[in-house]
Amino acid sequence: MIPNKFDYQKATTVEEAIEYLVEYGDEAKLLAGGHSLLPAMKLRLNNPVKLVDINRIPGLKYIREENAMLCLGAATTHYDIESSELVKSKIPMLCQVAASIGDLQVRNMGTIGGSLAHADPAADWPAGMLATEAIIVIQGPEGTKNVPAKDFFMGLYTTALAENEIITEIRIPIPEGNIGTAYAKCVQPASRFALVGCATIISKNNGLCDRVKLAFTGVSVNAFCDEAVEHALTGHAPDVDNITIAAEKAAINVDVLSDHFASENYRRHLAKVYAKKALMEAANNL
Amino acid sequence: MTNMIGKPVKRVEDKRFISGKGRYTDDIVLPGMLHAHIIRSHYAHAKILGIDTDQAEKMEGVVAIFTGKDIAEAGINGVPCGWQVDFKNGETMKEPPHPLLVAAKARYMGDAVAVVIAESKALAKDAAEMVMVDYEPLDAIVDAAMAVEDGAPLVHEDIPGNMAFDWELGDREKTNQTMAKAHHTTTLEFVNQRLIPNAIEPRCAIGDYDSTNDKYTLYTSSQNPHLIRLLMCAFVLGIPEHKVRVVSPDVGGGFGSKIFHYTEEALMTWCSKQLGKPIKWTAERSESFMTDCHGRDHVTKAQMGFDENGKIIGLRVKTFANLGAYLSTFAPCVPTYLHGTLLQGLYTTTAIHVDVTGVFTHTTPVDAYRGAGRPEATYLLERLIDKAALEMKVDPAALRFKNFIPPFDGINEPGFQTEVALQYDSGNYAPVLKRAMEMVDYEALREEQASGRNNGKLIGIGISTYIEACGIAPSAVVGSLGARAGLYESAQVRVQPTGKVSVYVGSHAHGQGHETTFAQIVADKFGIAMEDVEIVHGDSESVAFGMGTYGSRSLAVGGSAIMKGIEKVLEKGAKIAAHKLEASENDLEFAEGKWTVKGTDKSISFGDVALTAYVPHNYPEGLEPGMDFASFYDPANFTYPFGAHIAVVEVDKETGKVDLKRFIACDDVGNVINPMIVDGQIHGGVAQGIGQALFEGAIYDESGQLVNGSYMDYTMPRADDLPLFETDRTVTPCPHNPLGVKGAGEAGTIGSAPAVVNAVMDALAPFGIKDLEMPLTPEKVWNAIHNNQ
Ligand SMILES: Cc1cc2nc3c(=O)[nH]c(=O)nc-3n(C[C@H](O)[C@H](O)[C@H](O)COP(=O)(O)OP(=O)(O)OC[C@H]3O[C@@H](n4cnc5c(N)ncnc54)[C@H](O)[C@@H]3O)c2cc1C
Repeated sequence: MIPNKFDYQKATTVEEAIEYLVEYGDEAKLLAGGHSLLPAMKLRLNNPVKLVDINRIPGLKYIREENAMLCLGAATTHYDIESSELVKSKIPMLCQVAASIGDLQVRNMGTIGGSLAHADPAADWPAGMLATEAIIVIQGPEGTKNVPAKDFFMGLYTTALAENEIITEIRIPIPEGNIGTAYAKCVQPASRFALVGCATIISKNNGLCDRVKLAFTGVSVNAFCDEAVEHALTGHAPDVDNITIAAEKAAINVDVLSDHFASENYRRHLAKVYAKKALMEAANNL
Repeated sequence: MTNMIGKPVKRVEDKRFISGKGRYTDDIVLPGMLHAHIIRSHYAHAKILGIDTDQAEKMEGVVAIFTGKDIAEAGINGVPCGWQVDFKNGETMKEPPHPLLVAAKARYMGDAVAVVIAESKALAKDAAEMVMVDYEPLDAIVDAAMAVEDGAPLVHEDIPGNMAFDWELGDREKTNQTMAKAHHTTTLEFVNQRLIPNAIEPRCAIGDYDSTNDKYTLYTSSQNPHLIRLLMCAFVLGIPEHKVRVVSPDVGGGFGSKIFHYTEEALMTWCSKQLGKPIKWTAERSESFMTDCHGRDHVTKAQMGFDENGKIIGLRVKTFANLGAYLSTFAPCVPTYLHGTLLQGLYTTTAIHVDVTGVFTHTTPVDAYRGAGRPEATYLLERLIDKAALEMKVDPAALRFKNFIPPFDGINEPGFQTEVALQYDSGNYAPVLKRAMEMVDYEALREEQASGRNNGKLIGIGISTYIEACGIAPSAVVGSLGARAGLYESAQVRVQPTGKVSVYVGSHAHGQGHETTFAQIVADKFGIAMEDVEIVHGDSESVAFGMGTYGSRSLAVGGSAIMKGIEKVLEKGAKIAAHKLEASENDLEFAEGKWTVKGTDKSISFGDVALTAYVPHNYPEGLEPGMDFASFYDPANFTYPFGAHIAVVEVDKETGKVDLKRFIACDDVGNVINPMIVDGQIHGGVAQGIGQALFEGAIYDESGQLVNGSYMDYTMPRADDLPLFETDRTVTPCPHNPLGVKGAGEAGTIGSAPAVVNAVMDALAPFGIKDLEMPLTPEKVWNAIHNNQ
């Protein structure tokens, strides 16, 4: 459990961090909470020569409301989000997502930016990001771009983030109207990551769901919005029967992962069960 | 302090453990120490065509690289096996060499191929990455029952059918005849799955050769320092024993996996001699998963026969025991003498026959893991009897009561002679089950279950009763069964001139709390304060001899050795006291830490007597000065704790997840010295048994790759998986040791797994599901429900 030799560098600004990334290319790695990166380094699966610590960059850790958006600094920890009154009052499901991650030590170190950049297929945040239609703000040598969550996750540990870019902020539109949110997670019993994680937001108008967002993590190589479920419930009342019917559509047209904790068949079944759990809870929270 | 026995004294060792002051092997830093990294085969079976160390050797800070060829050329033996179980036809057990580093062939994923020694751990690891091993991968076999089939890849070319031994116990003829007459026969085929022990402290060994005195010190994270010294000196390195000191300081958990003599211990010792410097090796976590001996792994078919009254009349068992690639120290004894001998259980079964084949496979060696053989035996019996109850439509508790051996105390009534070689010491089995049923409120629970079923709730109640043989072990008996060592224990009770007491014990604590329990006994018997007693263990230089800690033996055997020392002290003390008090020894009584002339207030304290022994100015004629007694205690028999466990579960039909609602354990471990420590042992053991029932299990793929060798993939039970355990005890003292104690270290593990599995099967009974294999993962349970709906 000893990593390869590496240099450690503290960045004081985002620009400085990017300079290092440009200079060292794929030999450099940003260090946020270190809770995905360091284990990978210790197993020598990831062998950066230059570690660029972004934890001391002022202005990367914050939670605020701006223009009907929840804005989270990339280096904000899971625990800060979990315990934020603002987040709780706007999109409580995000607090649930954060609280479901690892244990308190992990949540006190790990960051939302780090989790998104790492894009573990079983990580919790991606489901929350997709269901909320979050925007990932990315800064690189050429400036800043805004990538919608649905375009960000591209495969197993693969994202729209380039080698020399850094996530600086996550912007989450605050949903309006009568909304209910929930995150339902079936934990993988050894790692406690998500075997199946289901994040959802529904809004109700005149007794019917006028908007349904529902996203899975853990089910496939990357998190995804399950449009079949969303469509099936949209325009219907969020009652048990309709939710059951909609949940049955879960994970049908995706390649589902299989491992010794859950075969493809069982995982797909769990997706349906957890879609229903999440939708029922969201309906109760309306 | 008198009346210390039976008190829930807080563990004195915990202060250093919970404040991070424990001193483990890896904490030891010696001047000039070098660090070793072991290169291991990532194939389960491969020819080693060549090893290129050129580049690595040239790296700065690299001191030496040794390969299997170097070890072979130096003529070093492999690590030996400590137990011999021969073939039924008299052929000797097949005992292939287990070299410190393999030269020609790797036989399991993790087999040690070379060692890199460098100035730092990091350098050793960096250099190891530059060593090029040229492997030719070969087909592997991982399943014990398949390994004996024709055409299976051979683990050792010269061992046909991969068989180490085949063994039987009991009367085959009588059992076959009895089974033929059975009114009802229940059959169970199952795998008792392979477990990875997962001591939280990885194994660690430091070899330290002192050329000035031509002496060696081995620091090792072991449960068993003296035995390691014996095996390493006599069988591996050929060093005279008095030249070697073995130290096992604080050890962070073992559960059996640190009993054995591992190759790394001898390797570090040998390398240190070659280089003239101390060398440390500490396992990485993935190395622990791959190379700490695993446990269990039996493939079994068993049949239990009943007469028309529901009495068990016969039991027939065939087991293939997976031993892994080499024979670890106690491996042959676990599936045989610790498994077959326990198949009487608590029942009056009149004919038993067990047949066990020990099999080599391309997997990590398998040896004793908490319970060792006895959990396998208990699982077999308790699943069979539950399945039989289901088939015969009788209550599983009632079926057990009907078959219990009647009470016997081993004093007025003789011990119970089983059909499988053992003689139980004392037992009274019905009360533990009665008490456990009372604690869980069995009748009410059955009603709740019935009404739950009507509402689609899958509640299950599972009972398991167990007996185990521990207090290991009477030397002559185990000798006749193939042990190559005696299994007595030693203790030296040294009363210091000031009346403080140091006790040197040959058992070894690695979580058991000996420093507390043993001190309680000494304080109680001498009537002194516990703080005035010191318990010393784990160093062959200060402790005369020892056989270590495993098999729930430390109190029953080691504690008895202490008792012998205590008696010797009190005997001698009485002589000194009588002299000083000018009274006859017969007129003295010892209580509250002083000898008193009966009926007077003339007395002398323990401390004054001790001082007199060391300052013998006014002293009994002919009596030796000093107060220091070494004792060895060889038990007359094993001890036989027993108990009843009940699990209550609820199964989620939608996901198959098992929710363990309650767990009740009523155990009888004989007399209890420290109830808090016994409870702790039961709790930990129960957690491990639940781990096997619901979560754990090593998974090898066909090529012999360990698929789940990390905490991301191997499910350990966690606090939030477990309910608050409800425990109680009955007390049936052991008739043959001075403290009347039986042992509590393994009981929890032995009883708990079948209780949980029985509970889940009970919950699933409405679906017609009769048997599922451990671990009962959600997917397995869901599949079963799904396929039977
Ligand atoms: C014991 C344990 C349990 C865990 N359980 C869970 C769980 O249940 N659910 C879950 O989702 N996760 C879990 N995690 C992972 C945890 O959430 C990590 O904290 C997270 O995945 C990574 O965040 P980090 O801040 O630690 O990133 P780091 O480990 O520091 O970095 C991860 C990767 O992201 C890159 N990176 C970091 N910040 C940025 C940025 N701002 N811009 C661009 N790239 C960046 C790094 O270069 C690196 O490649 C667990 C981790 C541990 C150790």
